[in-house]
Amino acid sequence: MRASGSGWGGGHLVVNGHVPLPRRHFRETVFWRQFRRNQLALAGGAVVLVLSLAALLAQWLAPYDPSAYDVKQILLAPSFAHWLGTDQIGRDVLSRMLYGARISMAVGFVSVGIAVVVGTVIGSVAAYYGGRVDELLMRFVDLMLNFPRLFLLLTLIALLRPSIWIIMAVIGLTGWMGLARLVRGEILSLKEREFVLSARALGALDRRIMFRHILPNALVPVLVSATLGVAGAILAESGLSFLGLGVQPPTPSWGNILNEGRANIEIAWWLSVFPGMAILVTVLAYNLLGEGLRDALDPR
Amino acid sequence: MLAYLIRRLLISIPLLLGILCLSFVMLKLAPGEPTIVQQDLQMRATGAQRETLRQLYGLDRPIYVQFGRWLWRVARLDFGRSYSPDGRAVLDKIAERIPITLGLNILELIIIFSVAVPLGILSATRQYSTFDKSMTLFVFVGFATPDFWLALLLMILFGVQLGWLPISGLRSLNFEYLAFWAQIWDLLSHLILPILVASFGGLAYLSRLMRGSLLEVIRQDYIRTARAKGLPERDVIYNHGVRNAVIPVVTLLGLMIPGLLGGSVFIETVFAIPGMGQLFVQSAFSRDEPVLMALVVIGASLSLLGNILADVSYGLVDPRIRVSGKEGR
Repeated sequence: MRASGSGWGGGHLVVNGHVPLPRRHFRETVFWRQFRRNQLALAGGAVVLVLSLAALLAQWLAPYDPSAYDVKQILLAPSFAHWLGTDQIGRDVLSRMLYGARISMAVGFVSVGIAVVVGTVIGSVAAYYGGRVDELLMRFVDLMLNFPRLFLLLTLIALLRPSIWIIMAVIGLTGWMGLARLVRGEILSLKEREFVLSARALGALDRRIMFRHILPNALVPVLVSATLGVAGAILAESGLSFLGLGVQPPTPSWGNILNEGRANIEIAWWLSVFPGMAILVTVLAYNLLGEGLRDALDPR
Repeated sequence: MLAYLIRRLLISIPLLLGILCLSFVMLKLAPGEPTIVQQDLQMRATGAQRETLRQLYGLDRPIYVQFGRWLWRVARLDFGRSYSPDGRAVLDKIAERIPITLGLNILELIIIFSVAVPLGILSATRQYSTFDKSMTLFVFVGFATPDFWLALLLMILFGVQLGWLPISGLRSLNFEYLAFWAQIWDLLSHLILPILVASFGGLAYLSRLMRGSLLEVIRQDYIRTARAKGLPERDVIYNHGVRNAVIPVVTLLGLMIPGLLGGSVFIETVFAIPGMGQLFVQSAFSRDEPVLMALVVIGASLSLLGNILADVSYGLVDPRIRVSGKEGR
């Protein structure tokens, strides 16, 4: 493509008085201009960045060892020594929440990663081969979509016994269907666009068209969907852990701290309030970031 | 329409069979099997006894034979007996919980619709006003709030700090001895918090949908015509706009059907309400396979049915969308 492109003489091709910019450059500048204007999305991005750093640096940021218990410091209300109080065996809640952030982020990213891979592969295979294969795969997507997700999650975890890897896998493997449909639809519409037709006319191979022209463009909406998916996965993990079917204590997760909060609801409000607030802020931040990306990448 | 309905129902059958097949395989592939899982058997059963049990439950047969038999039983609504110590029929266990969950969710739906639709109309007609902006904020926060956390917050505020409302169960311990009206109040006061929490997320979602739908309708030509011929704005919005905008919102009812029976897992767990959601969590914990599978079957069937209902009702309410042979996915 590049060789033939230079043959056209880049700058000499002037359409309606506009010099066509190289595609990538054009999209990046428009993207940044759009994205920068969206203050909510910027705020969301900043929060995501801060949270990711906090999760990465939990070891150094945490004022206490998250699993160090102290029977003399049980269920202390927030104070200067323990900013967010202590739990029922005297562990520091702030430290546990910082380590919990790791779990949330890890589950969010890994499970969405699984969903993106599975969804993209199934969606592009369906779109690429079409016909029987497409029909079969899309029926499978329908089937999975009609499986009530929470039922599927709980049943799988109940049968397999919860561990963090199982949770990531199960959340990922029950969350790829929307992505598959998205990728399929995107590819089907890209297939008919001028730049693909022209590449085909120039004699590019199917494989090259797929990997160089179609997939990179189809991945744009996938990125948006994945960002929103991280929020969903974090919510799902915290919900499972809250029920006691997710991350198992003593490993801290926001969900299982909330579960302990529920057990001590009459005496220790701080155990319930702060982890939930962390979930709310994180999910909100990812949602705002995702919406902002969507608006900036697809200024319709 | 009827032909379409029948066609959709026919398409659903292989989907449902697929879901059942997948569930069954999932169940069989999971490590461990019933004769080993049951604690007391594990302690005492000899190899020969275990073999007898396997034969009794047909576990020695090939998997497709087991699936066929299971399917045949499910078709006759025989879900077997619970593995829990009470050993009751699965269907009985479910039947006694359905009214509770159903009642709770119908109340919730009524509240969601009667509040979300006006809210959506208000923010659409005042687009970009302070009210609309704060509604948008509410929607974003609503999407991000875990309902079990909201439940805990309200329990702490109204139950523990203020002491106004009870925080668990459906009735007080002395329920039997209360006068009739006191009984009604007792039940209601137990329901206020769960219903409030359950409505929250749906409220955010539906009001957003109503807003978007109305905004789209307002841009249509027939609205401009209505304005141009001098109708008062009120008539334009309510008679011409809202009537059309509410269609996609109403059809969502179909999609909410599976949630009617199963969607309240968190609410029922937090508030200790003995409904379907709580049964599901309990069964998941004790790995009560017959109950789990029955709930999956019911949930999947309702979900399929709800989808069909949503599509069909869309066609019924909006004559422009006469469903042709093609599927409108």
